Amino acid sequence: MTAASLSEKLRKKECSAVEITRSVLEQIEKTEDKIGSFVTVCEEQALKKAEEVDRKIAAGEALSSLAGIPIGVKDNICTKDVLTTCSSKMLYNFVPPYDATVVSRLKQADAVIIGKCNMDEFAMGSSCETSYFKKTKNPWDPAYVPGGSSGGSAACVSAGEAVLSLGSDTGGSIRLPASYCGVVGLKPTYGSVSRYGLVAFASSLDQIGPLGRSVEDVANLYEVICGRDPMDATSAAREYGAFAQKINRSVKGLRIGIPKEYFGDGVEPEIKAAVLESVDRLVKEGAQTVSISLPSTDYALSAYYIISSAEASSNLARFDGVKYGYRAKDFTNLIDMYEKTRSEGFGDEVKRRIMLGTFVLSSGFYDAYYKRAKQMQQKIAQEYAEAFSQCDIILTPTSPSTAFRMGERTDDPLKMYAADICTVTVNIAGLPAISVPCATASNGLPVGMQMIGPKFSEQMLFDAAGCFENICGGFGVAPSVKA
Amino acid sequence: MNYEMTIGLEVHAELNTATKIYCSCKNAFGAEVNSNCCPICTGMPGTLPTLNEKVVEYAVKMGHALNCKINPVSKQDRKNYFYPDLPKAYQISQFDIPLCENGYLDVMVDEKGNTKRIGVTRIHIEEDAGKLLHDESFAGSLVDFNRCGVPLIEIVSEPDMHSSAEAKAYLETIKSILQYIDISDCKMQEGSIRCDINVSVCRPGEPMGTRCEMKNVNTFSGAVRAIEYEAKRQIEVLEAGGEIHQETRRWDDAKGQNFLLRSKEDSHDYRYFPEPDLLTIVIDEEKIQRLKEELPELPNKKLKRYMESYGLPHFDANLLTENPDKAAFFESCVEKENCKTKNISNWLLGDVSRILNEKNLVLADTSLTPEKLTDMIALIEKGTISVTAGKTVLEQIIFSDKTPEQVVEEKGLAQISDTGALSAIVKSILDANPKSIADYKGGKTNVIGFLIGQCMRQSKGQGNPAVLKDLIEKQIKEG
Repeated sequence: MTAASLSEKLRKKECSAVEITRSVLEQIEKTEDKIGSFVTVCEEQALKKAEEVDRKIAAGEALSSLAGIPIGVKDNICTKDVLTTCSSKMLYNFVPPYDATVVSRLKQADAVIIGKCNMDEFAMGSSCETSYFKKTKNPWDPAYVPGGSSGGSAACVSAGEAVLSLGSDTGGSIRLPASYCGVVGLKPTYGSVSRYGLVAFASSLDQIGPLGRSVEDVANLYEVICGRDPMDATSAAREYGAFAQKINRSVKGLRIGIPKEYFGDGVEPEIKAAVLESVDRLVKEGAQTVSISLPSTDYALSAYYIISSAEASSNLARFDGVKYGYRAKDFTNLIDMYEKTRSEGFGDEVKRRIMLGTFVLSSGFYDAYYKRAKQMQQKIAQEYAEAFSQCDIILTPTSPSTAFRMGERTDDPLKMYAADICTVTVNIAGLPAISVPCATASNGLPVGMQMIGPKFSEQMLFDAAGCFENICGGFGVAPSVKA
Repeated sequence: MNYEMTIGLEVHAELNTATKIYCSCKNAFGAEVNSNCCPICTGMPGTLPTLNEKVVEYAVKMGHALNCKINPVSKQDRKNYFYPDLPKAYQISQFDIPLCENGYLDVMVDEKGNTKRIGVTRIHIEEDAGKLLHDESFAGSLVDFNRCGVPLIEIVSEPDMHSSAEAKAYLETIKSILQYIDISDCKMQEGSIRCDINVSVCRPGEPMGTRCEMKNVNTFSGAVRAIEYEAKRQIEVLEAGGEIHQETRRWDDAKGQNFLLRSKEDSHDYRYFPEPDLLTIVIDEEKIQRLKEELPELPNKKLKRYMESYGLPHFDANLLTENPDKAAFFESCVEKENCKTKNISNWLLGDVSRILNEKNLVLADTSLTPEKLTDMIALIEKGTISVTAGKTVLEQIIFSDKTPEQVVEEKGLAQISDTGALSAIVKSILDANPKSIADYKGGKTNVIGFLIGQCMRQSKGQGNPAVLKDLIEKQIKEG
C-alpha cells in the first residue's frame, strides 16, 4: 500500500499507526533473511513513535501526511542514538549524538523510522554488494542485485519492508536502485534538501532524496525534507510549495527532449524499446518530443569519477581511528595506527576511490585531472541549459540494463561504473531527476526511465511522472511481496 | 665576509569573535578541556561548516588597515593533512583567492619617526586546530578540541625585512593594529599571535639566498633570537663551503636553537581544492567601504599626530600609542585642558606605568580616571602640592574612589607657602649648619639644594621648595 492510502486509513481510524508499524515489522520478519535491506531495524523506537501517533489521533490532533508511516533511512544519514554505519567496518559502532536535518524533519512530521538501510560502503557502488555487513538482494529476484548505492532503501520499499525510504544520490545512487527494484526515486535539485547529517561522499554532488511506491508518496516525502537549512551553507534559500497536492498528472504540451547520446549502442535494445514506447504513450497524452543532443555525455563518467573521488579522498580522511569508529588493535606509533586503521577499516572499492581522489588532487596532477574535470562539469551544465531552451524535460533510460546478477560485476569496476552512465550527468549539473518503472523486461525485472528537469523543477517532474503512473494504472510490486 | 639577511613573516592571529568560525561554539581561551566544542568543530561525520560573517568583517578591516586590495569574491579551500588535533583531517583555509591582497605596512625604524614600507602579500581566513596534551598518568596523547575552529587570520609579508629589529618593529606594529581595530586579544602567552619566519642570507648585491622556514615562534623577543640564530647558522654553513637547502625548522626558544623538521622533499602535499561545503565569499562594495570607514585612527598616524600637534618627543608618542587604551586615556586627559600635555605624558609613562607594571595590571583594572590624574597634575602645577606629594596622591587615587583633593586634605599634603611659617624652619636649619653657610658664601652655591632638602624634611614635605629657596637666600644674605 502507498503512504497516501495508509494515511487515509489512519485518519478514518480504519487502522492504527501501531498496526501499520507491526505489519511492516512482520513483513521484515518474513522477508529480511532473503532480502537484507537493513543494517539496523528500529523495532522499539518505531513502535514507540507509532503509539505516540495513535495518541495524537485519539486526541484529535492534526496529522502530517507522513504521520505513522514507516520509513527506511539510508545508513549514511545520521540518526541520534541509532547506529549509523555507512555499511562500513570503519563505522561499525558509530552512534551519532545528533540527527541529520532530514531526520529531524521526519520526526517532526511523526514519521516512523523503521530501520537503517543497507548500502554500498560509504555510498560507493552500484550494486549494494560492497557493504561490510551484508549484500542486499533484489526483491524481484534474489539472484540479482538491487542496484546501489541506496540498495537497501529501494529494496525495503519494493519488498514491503517500509512504505517509503530515504536514499542519497551522488551519481545515481537513488535512481539506479529505484529502477532495478521497480520503485519511484527522486534525486532532488542540488541544494533543495539539507545535507546536514548526511555522511559526505562527494559534497558537491551528494543529495538526499525519497523513494516510494507512487509519485504522490515520493512528492509527499520530498515536501517534508526539502527547504532551506541554516546548518547547510549549500542549501538554497527559497520557498518550496506543497508538491503532492499540486500534482496535475498532465503532460499536455510538455516538450520532452530525447537525447540521442542516451539511446546509443551501450543501452540494451530491450531497454531502449521499452523507454521509447513509454515516450509514445506520453505523446498520446499530449506531449511532444524533441530530438536533442548532450554531446559531452561521453566524458561525464570520467569527470564524475575524478570529482567525486577527489572530494571523497578528503571527506573520508577523518576516519582515522582517533575519535570514533574502528581503530586497529596493534600499532607501534601514530602513522602506523592511521595506516592499519584505514587499511583494515575500509573495503576495496572505498580504498580504490580514495587512492584515485588523492592522486588527482596531488601537486603536478591537479591541473590535468581535477581542474579539467571541473571544466567538463561546467560544459555539461551548459549543454543542459541549452537543451532546456528546446524542451521542458529530458527523458532517458535510468540505466543501460536491468539489474545484473549478484557477483557479476564485482571484479570489473569499470563495468560496474558503467551502470551509472545515464545518471551521473544529472549530479554533475545539479539537476533534479526522477526514475519511474516503465516496463518489465524479458528476464522479469523492472525497467526504469528517468525524467530530468531544470533546477527546482520537481513539480513538473511529479506532474509528468504522475501522468505516466496513471497511464500504467499504478506501478507493480515485486512478485515476492505479492506471494 | 659580509652577508645581508632577508626576512619574510607569516603572522597567525586568533580573532576575538564571540563564536568560532564555522559553528556557534564560544570562542574563548582557558575553558575546561573539551567544553567549547560540538559535533561541527570536532568534525563528526555528516556535520557541515557554516561561515561566521564576523570573521570576514574582521579580516577585511585588517586588510584595510594594511592597505590591501579587498577581493569582493574569494573562496575557501581545504588543506589536507593527517594529525590528531585536526579532526576533519583537513583545515579550511584560503588558497588561491584570499580575502585581502597586495597591501603594505609602514614600520617606524628610528627615533625620528622615519618609516620603512613592508609589503603585505595577502591576508586570509582559516580555522585553528586543537591542542595535544600529554599527561603522565596516561601513556598516549590526549586531544583538547576547544581551539578547533577558533578563527585565525594569516598575514603574509613580502621578504622585505633585512634585520631582526625590522622584523620586531613589523610584528609590534601588526600587534598594535590588531589591538586598535579590536579584532584580536593579542595575548602572546595564550598563543593568540604566532608566527612562522622565513630567513635567507646572501652577499650584498647577489640574488636572494635559499630560504628556510622556522615554525613555533610565539614571542617577539623569541622572533629576534630565532632570526639571529638562523642567519648565523646559514652564514656558517656557507662559510664552511656548504649550501643551504630549503627546509622547515622548529624553533626551540628554551634551548635558543632550531632543529630540522622536514626537508623540501618531505614537505606535505596539502592537495588544496575548493571547499565544496561552503559558498564563494561575496562582499559588496558598500560593505567593503563601510568597514573601511569604521577603522579608528591607526597607531602610526596617531604617533605622528602626537609628535606634531602635541609637540611630544618620539619616545613619548611611541609609548603612548602602543596600545589603544593607553592612547585613549591620554587623549581624554589632554581634553581636560587643565594641565600641561607633557606633564600628562610624564606621569602616564612614569609613575602610572611603574605602578601598573609592578602589579601586572592595565589602566582599566584601576580606579584612575583622566579627571583624577589631571586634577592631581594641576595641583602640582599650581604649587598646591609638591611633586613628591603628587606621588603619594597617585598611590592613593589609583586604587580608590578618592579625589586628589580629598587625599591632599586627609593626609595634609598641601604645601606651605606662607613665609611666616617657613621662616622659623629656615632659621633653625641655618643655625644648625654654619658650615653650609660658609660654603655658600665662599661660592659653593649648590649647597642650597642640601639646605632646601633639610627644610623640606623638617616641614614634613609640605614646604614649598621655591618659597624655601627664597627664604634661605634672603636669610643668609641678611645673616
